[in-house]
Amino acid sequence: MLKTKVKPKTASKTTSKEKAELIELYRQMLLIRRFEEQCNVAYRQAKIGGYLHLYIGQEAVAVGFISQLQKQDRVVGHYRDHGYVLALGSDPKAVMAELLGKETGLCKGKGGSMHLYDRDKNFLGGYGIIGGMIGIATGVAFKQRYMQEDGVTLCFFGDGSMNAGLLHECFNMAGLWDLPVIYIVENNKYAMGTALEHHSSETNLAKRASVYGFPSKQIDGMDVLSVRAEAREVIKHVREKREPYFVEAITYRFVGHGAADITDPGSYRTKEELEEWKERDPLESLKAILVGDGVISESELQTMDDEIKAIVKEAARFADESADPPPDALFEDVLA
Amino acid sequence: MAQMNYRDAIRLALIEELDRDERVFLIGEDIGRYQGTFRVTEGLFDKYGPTRVIDAPISEPGFVSMAVGAAMEGLKPVVEMMTWSFGILAMDQIVNHAAKIYYKSGGACPVPMVIRGPAGPGKQLAAQHSHSLETWFAHSPGLKVVLPSTPADAKGLLKTAIHDNNPIIFMEHPQIYGVKGDVPEDPNFKIPFGVADVKREGNHATIVTYSRGVHLSLEAAKQLAEEGIEVEIVDLRTIAPIDMETVFRSVAKTHRAIVVHDDWRFAGFGAEIAAQVQEYAFDELDAPVLRVAGADVPMPYSRVLEKLAVPTEQDIAAAVKRALA
Repeated sequence: MLKTKVKPKTASKTTSKEKAELIELYRQMLLIRRFEEQCNVAYRQAKIGGYLHLYIGQEAVAVGFISQLQKQDRVVGHYRDHGYVLALGSDPKAVMAELLGKETGLCKGKGGSMHLYDRDKNFLGGYGIIGGMIGIATGVAFKQRYMQEDGVTLCFFGDGSMNAGLLHECFNMAGLWDLPVIYIVENNKYAMGTALEHHSSETNLAKRASVYGFPSKQIDGMDVLSVRAEAREVIKHVREKREPYFVEAITYRFVGHGAADITDPGSYRTKEELEEWKERDPLESLKAILVGDGVISESELQTMDDEIKAIVKEAARFADESADPPPDALFEDVLA
Repeated sequence: MAQMNYRDAIRLALIEELDRDERVFLIGEDIGRYQGTFRVTEGLFDKYGPTRVIDAPISEPGFVSMAVGAAMEGLKPVVEMMTWSFGILAMDQIVNHAAKIYYKSGGACPVPMVIRGPAGPGKQLAAQHSHSLETWFAHSPGLKVVLPSTPADAKGLLKTAIHDNNPIIFMEHPQIYGVKGDVPEDPNFKIPFGVADVKREGNHATIVTYSRGVHLSLEAAKQLAEEGIEVEIVDLRTIAPIDMETVFRSVAKTHRAIVVHDDWRFAGFGAEIAAQVQEYAFDELDAPVLRVAGADVPMPYSRVLEKLAVPTEQDIAAAVKRALA
């Protein structure tokens, strides 16, 4: 496992503003965790259909990066995308309603789990085709450069995308034209059920991405404080220097590739490996720091958890009770 | 009105739009310093510079998807496909992304962009540079597909395309870049999509066509007129959206329809026209709807074989006579 390179500050020496930020990081990760757990329940109840990919285990990557964004920045992601919209502040009710295919959903029930969009929160899509989001994000960053804005674009994708030709075409153009895009590969070790060493000729992905004329680095994606510190540095660099950046966040998913995978850990990884990674649960690590340093008490955390469970329960109720899209919606939004 | 060729009319539309709106930019392979493979963008790099006329690497999926992302954020990319045969490389970006994002985002993200370039047989360009494939794109909801036949149509339709809020497939034809015609000089001149143009009136048979097929049909009409046969030529101009009303009106007059296109015959666009005419105008027909289309083969290089693979005015004249027999 990758060692943390940036030492997180201990919380005890921090100001009250910083303490509030730390608590907010935890709150966001917990919201994602509880939301995903509810999704899993709704999937077992056949309320959510199709493909459902949960973000459990990887929360620190989305939360750490998104915490450092400004309002002119944009985010594009892959199909394991619930965490991004929740971290960006989308209404959990509208997200859950979308997963249930309801007209009150973020995309009026037309996108589903893999295709969330929330323009108001700067999320320009989850994409179901490996590599597809990289072209979109490159174009979003192209616009920021073309219009001489100071925004940056975050592009999240999985290690499977490293083998898409489109990725290498886009890295070349982004390097050629100095586009302010941050490519973040969430290396969770598996492209579906195919391990990194079985799908990538070079398993150090930061090295693999290092030839396009922009910086690349590996970071620990399991420690949200480390992710946040790295994100702050990388985003500042891209915002000021106006060039791309590649970040390999080493992470792990604690659940199957999709909710349809009923056996865990699955045939392609061992129970021991899964358990070993669960010891690095990003929520547990931050919780230990917060409680250990007296930033928050166990009972306050329990109150927070209760509040989040209520938010998720309310989202589930809202989604359940929302109407299906009317038949007329079928032919709406085909053309603008 | 000014006399100019099809190529210059397209360039004029690009110039007017580059001047009108700073969000419009051009991107494609060798469109800048090289001046464009078919010289459509000649002089534009010198006039507008590398920020607005961008030489792209040979990465069709890359620059098309980059244009999609830029369009979602409000730019107006005009992408040149060196030939539409290469459009297949970017099929995922066009069909799975550009065409679907507006719908799957529940109407939140329009994708206003144009992809333009030559489609169809040139002269001995062989198997990988000669096919037009408009049916592949017309088949996909979320795209508009434009195939102009004259300089005025090319200019007016390209202007409409750049003003549109959707992904537009704009197919020019390599064999008619040099064709001259009158083009309105008014910079506000635009031609709406989904409005067919009757390029010739006649009472005996209706030819439904577009792009190069219009010119072939006009030649065939001259031959047929000498034998007392007057054909009506309906130039669809856009096949998505499509103006079937004009087709039905013409068929109600002539009671015979022949579809002409360069693209392959099997499951080609002619099949869609034939299906709609029989479905909605069956009682008007005095003969089966016929198709004059490209042979169902990869384009051969040999001049002799190539001539057999593409429709000719003789093929059209023969089909009209068969419909009248």
